[in-house]
Parts: sequence; structure tokens; C-alpha cells
Amino acid sequence: MPERGVFRNRWLPYLLVLPQVVITAVFFFWPAFRSLYLSFYRTDPFGLRLIYVGWRNFQQLFTSPQYHKVIVNTVIFSIGVTLLGLALSLAIAVLANQKIKGLGFYRTALLWPYGVAPPVAGIIWMFLFHPTYGLIPYSLAPYGITVNWLNSPTVAMLLVIISATWAQLGYNIAFFIAGLQLVPESLLEAASVDGASSFRRFWSITFPVLSPVTFFLAVMNLTYSLFETFGVIHSVTRGGPGDATQILVYKAYQDGFVAFNLGSSAAQSLVLMAIAILLTFVQFRFIERRVSYE
Amino acid sequence: MSGHSKRFLHGLLTLVLLLALMAPGVMAQRTTIVFWHAMSGALGEAVQYLVDTFNESQDEFFVEAVYRGSYEETMVAAVAATRAGNPPHIVQVYEVGTRQMLDSGVIYPVYQLMADYGIDIDWDAFIGPVRGYYEFQGNLYSMPFNSSSPIMYYNKDAFRAAGLDPEKPPTTWQELEQVCRAILEAGVTRYCFSSNWPSWIMLENMHAWHDQPFATLSNGFDGLGVELLINGEFGLMQVSKLAEWHKEGIYQYGGRGSGASPMFSNGDVAIFMESSAGIAGFRNTANFDWGTAMLPHWGEPYEKVNTIIGGATLWAMRGHDDAGNRGIAEFFKFLAQTENQVWWHKNTGYVPITVTAMEQLEAEGYFDEHPEQKTALLQLTHAEPRANTRGVRLGTFVQVRDIIESQLENIFAGLVSPEQGLNQAVQQANQTLREYQMIYE
Repeated sequence: MPERGVFRNRWLPYLLVLPQVVITAVFFFWPAFRSLYLSFYRTDPFGLRLIYVGWRNFQQLFTSPQYHKVIVNTVIFSIGVTLLGLALSLAIAVLANQKIKGLGFYRTALLWPYGVAPPVAGIIWMFLFHPTYGLIPYSLAPYGITVNWLNSPTVAMLLVIISATWAQLGYNIAFFIAGLQLVPESLLEAASVDGASSFRRFWSITFPVLSPVTFFLAVMNLTYSLFETFGVIHSVTRGGPGDATQILVYKAYQDGFVAFNLGSSAAQSLVLMAIAILLTFVQFRFIERRVSYE
Repeated sequence: MSGHSKRFLHGLLTLVLLLALMAPGVMAQRTTIVFWHAMSGALGEAVQYLVDTFNESQDEFFVEAVYRGSYEETMVAAVAATRAGNPPHIVQVYEVGTRQMLDSGVIYPVYQLMADYGIDIDWDAFIGPVRGYYEFQGNLYSMPFNSSSPIMYYNKDAFRAAGLDPEKPPTTWQELEQVCRAILEAGVTRYCFSSNWPSWIMLENMHAWHDQPFATLSNGFDGLGVELLINGEFGLMQVSKLAEWHKEGIYQYGGRGSGASPMFSNGDVAIFMESSAGIAGFRNTANFDWGTAMLPHWGEPYEKVNTIIGGATLWAMRGHDDAGNRGIAEFFKFLAQTENQVWWHKNTGYVPITVTAMEQLEAEGYFDEHPEQKTALLQLTHAEPRANTRGVRLGTFVQVRDIIESQLENIFAGLVSPEQGLNQAVQQANQTLREYQMIYE
């Protein structure tokens, strides 16, 4: 029978968790409450004037067609990044799971993009897509194809989705490769003997085994695309052309730290927080049930 | 380790020790003036040179120049530091932040600072549009530092290739259209012209250049109740023409900020509208024969007046002791000196802020050697600034520029008509301006 750990000193456990509690309070709860407070005010940049405006900041957000557009953009962007990211990395992970020469090298190389900071990844893709000196518009020009994200909202959205996906690819691949190691070889062989096609083997054996990893990655990618893609947008399109690639987190930054409309920015971060809570709840409550961990 | 490098190391250590011993003594006597700026690269070096020269010129103050990132980042840093009760002495703020700084209540107006510390500066010697942009109720509130104005750059080789006279750049938009058609027909460049800073150049400056109001209340100089007027007859004509040319491939939109510059240096366009501060950059990147000229004008019935400036100024922040304030004032006085203004202009391309500096450059024959650097000055001094041409002052200027440029992008992408786009921009911009007004009234 395992011995139950009991602290002799009743204050020691509190002392041990204290650093974590302090950090959470200072870096999470305090800013969150501060945002909550500020979202009901209008303030000048230097914080000398504070005017209570009630729900006005929220009201303005939800009645603004521009904000609606930003929400739609965010949905397209996040789903795009998550689906493309998962599909691509699963395909690559399956390839990297074959028994081929130089496997170690391939696997390592595939992880490299993750070492690149998102803003840098953004800059790399911006260089490739730059209307004037980008490799992609330049190589397509002789065929009469013009690729200019500045004049095309669709190209701009694709560009930021690709950049954000690429930056996260290494992370996804690492988890999928790890997941693939868990697929029992004997089961695959047995299925093979029974005459199952490779697609059938993947769909009926490999994919179910991967479902916890896939679920985990879906959560991580959605969170990533919603909250951590600021750098990509900032270095690639800055939300343009028009508002085509303006997403929630970038707008909250711009309104707060460039335009100094701190009240609205605080209201927007609360909206983001609500989305994060909702998302986590929905995922664990409804999707996780269908995931087999066995 | 070889004896040589060992000796070097010993020397270095001794030096460090000596400096460490000396430093407190030096520092104790001198008052440190913290100066936050947003100039990187060659411009940052130019700022540092002026600061070093000032520090060597006297032993009472020591200006510590700190690069704080982009203009936006520098302003955020200044706001945060001020809120925390620890503002820098001097902060460089871009022209679009002027209204916010004026209303902030945390700045020490420069005219007052100079008067309080008995430092005499001849404000009348400052170039009209430079002084006017930063004046409030007839007094100068911040120290003009790096001012520029948009001008037209053109590729003389491309003009020659199209059979055009390279010494005759277009002076009107009508001429520009003809020149462009000739250039495109000859297949010299892919598009004919583009520009940086779309709102600043194509709307703010075009309205001023033609003596048209950009916004009500003297472009916002007379109050916070300001509303945009860019969907008026002139603005609509200007943007419709650009949209038409964009469709034809004469004009090519190149993005916000200064992102379009490679279009000119790569030879994608033959004509380019950009800040006069871009001269230094093109000297390095454009390896063809180029020149500058004044921005094109529509001619009758519009009067040709003067263009407005962009760039940044230095704000003195409140909350420092007497010695600190006096140090700020002395440093500002140093910057305004003719020789420093001349040096600054030659090395950065920003315009000299005083008429005396301009006259000295003229007397030296500097403009004969560098005619491209005179264009901005000619434009700025083309007429005495008036209500429509002093500048634009909006509390939410950063947002307003974003709104305008975002609608221009919608217009050029063909998503909305020029009329719809401009109406939308005006409506959105006015809403932010009302929000701002609410805080202060």
C-alpha cells in the first residue's frame, strides 16, 4: 500500500505553493481585474482622466460592423490555422514515421521551424510574398498570374494563415510522431494479413490511437491562433489590406497600445478571455468524451 | 594565450578600473538628462553624434540618449514611464501624437521652459510650417527636431528610355498622367508611380498643397470638435483619380508606412512620392540617375500653397528638478544652433528648422551640389502657412490614418467605390474623434 504523503508542518505546503500563487496573482489575476475595471471607463493615455462610461465600450464593440468583421476574420483564421496545421503535420508525421534512410535527420529538420519565433516566421513569408521583391509573385509573373496581397484580401488571409501554420508545424509534427510510436505494430501487421488496405489500416487503427494527441493539438492550435499570432500579423500585414486580416488579439493591441483607447482595448481583452474560457469548456465537455484514451 | 593578447587584456582591465574610479566623480558633477528617441540605424548614429557633441561642449549636463524602438513603441514607453512616475526628461514623439501630448498635462511647453530658465531663442527664425505644426495658441509647445515633407522622386534613366526630358519632371497631375502613359507605352517600368505613407501624402498633403480643408476647425487646430472633410469634392476627385489610375496600372498601391520604397529602387515604378527623409536611403539603394521635384498639383482652380511636415519633435516632460529642466533647455538651444541644424540636414535629409540654417546652406552652395535636398524646403516655404496648410491636429490621428488607409485599400482592391470608402472613413474617424473629445470636454 502506498504511503500517503503528509506534511509535518501545516504551513509548509502553503509556503511551497506560495510562489506559484503570487505569480498567478500578479501576472494573471491583477491584470485581469484591471482590465475588467478599465473596460467600464474611458481614459486618456497618461491616466490622468478616468470617466465612467458603463457598458458603453462593450456596446460600441458589438454594434460596430468593423468589430463583427474582425470576429469573422478571427474565426476563419483560427479554423484555417488549426485545420491546415493538423492536416499537414499529420501527413508529414506519417511520412517521417516510415523506415527510411536518414530518418533522424529528417525528424530533426522537421522540428526546426518551431525554433523560429512567430514574427520571424512572418517576415520570412512576407519576403516570399512581397509584391515587389517576393519570390512567389516574381516566379508567377511570367505566367500572367499576379499575386499581390496588398490588393487582395483573400491572398492576404491565405498569407497570414500559411505563415502562422508554418511557425507551429514543428510542434505539431513532434507530437504526432510521438503518437505514431504508440500504434501497435502487431495490430497493423494482423490487419495487413487480413487484407486491409493501407488507408483502411490508417483510418481504423492509427487514427483512433492518435485521437488523444489530435485532440490535444486541436486545443493547442486554436489557442495559439487566437492568442499568440500577434507577431505574425504584426510583421506581415498589420491587419490590412482594409481590415482583411485584422483579428481580435491584434485589434486589442492596436486600440490599446497604438491608439491609446485603453477602455475599448480592455473590453476587447475581456471578450478574448470569455472566448478562451468558452472554448476550453466546450472542448473538454463535448469533444473530449468522444476521444478514446485507450 | 600569447603574451601579446595578455598584455592587451591587462591594459583593458586597467582601463576599465580607471574608468570605474573616474565615473562617479564625473557623474556626481553632471546632471543626467534622459532622452528617449526612435531613431535607428544611420539616423540613430546622427542623433548620438549631436548628443556627444553637446556632452563634450560643456560639463554641467550629460544627455543620455536611449533608443526606445519605433515611434509607437517610444510613445508607449513614455506613457508607461510617466504613469509610473518616472518620465524621461525628453521624449521624441511623432507628429501624429501631437494632440495627445498637448492635452496630456504631463509636458512642459517648450516656450515656457525657455522663458522660465531665461534662455533666449529666436522663434521667428523657425521655418513657418515647422513652427506652425507644433504651435498651440501662438506658442511653441515642443522642440522641432526631425521634420520632413513629401516630395516626388523620379527615375531620370526611365525618363530617357521613354524619350522624355529627364530635366523636366511633371509639375501637374495632368502632366504626370501624360508622362506615365509614355513610360508605360515604352514599356520602361511595370507601373508608373507609387507612394509611401498614403494618408499623409495623398490626402493630408494634397489637401494642404491645394489649400483645401482636410478637417473642420482649421484642420483641428481650433478645437476638439473637429470632423474630417476628405469626402468633399477635392478629396473625392483625388481618390477617384488614383483609383482609376490604379485600375489602369499607372498607379500601384504600395502599402502603409514606408513599405513601398523598394518599388522605386527596384525600378517597378518611375515616379515615387515619399518623404524627403527618404533621400539618404535612395542614395544607397537606387543605383540609377534620379532626381526630386515638387509634388504634382492639379492647377486651376486650386491655388498652390505649401505642403505640410511629418516627422517628430522633442517634448520636455514635467516632473524634474531645476537642474534637469535647465539641462533640457540648454540641449534644445544647442539643437537649434545654425551649425547643428546644417549638420543635421546634410547628414539625415530632414529639413533645417531655421531660416538662418537654410541661408547658410544656400551660401555654402550646398544646394547646387545637392539640388534634390532643396525640394522639400521649396515646397514648405512656397507660401505663408494658413488654416488649411499649417498641419493637421487630431486626438486620434494614429487611428484616423489607419482608418483612411484601410478604406483606401478597400477602394483600390475594388471592394467599395471611392465615394463609399471615403464616406465610411469619415464616419469611422469622426466617431473616434468624438470619443476623444469626450475625455477632455
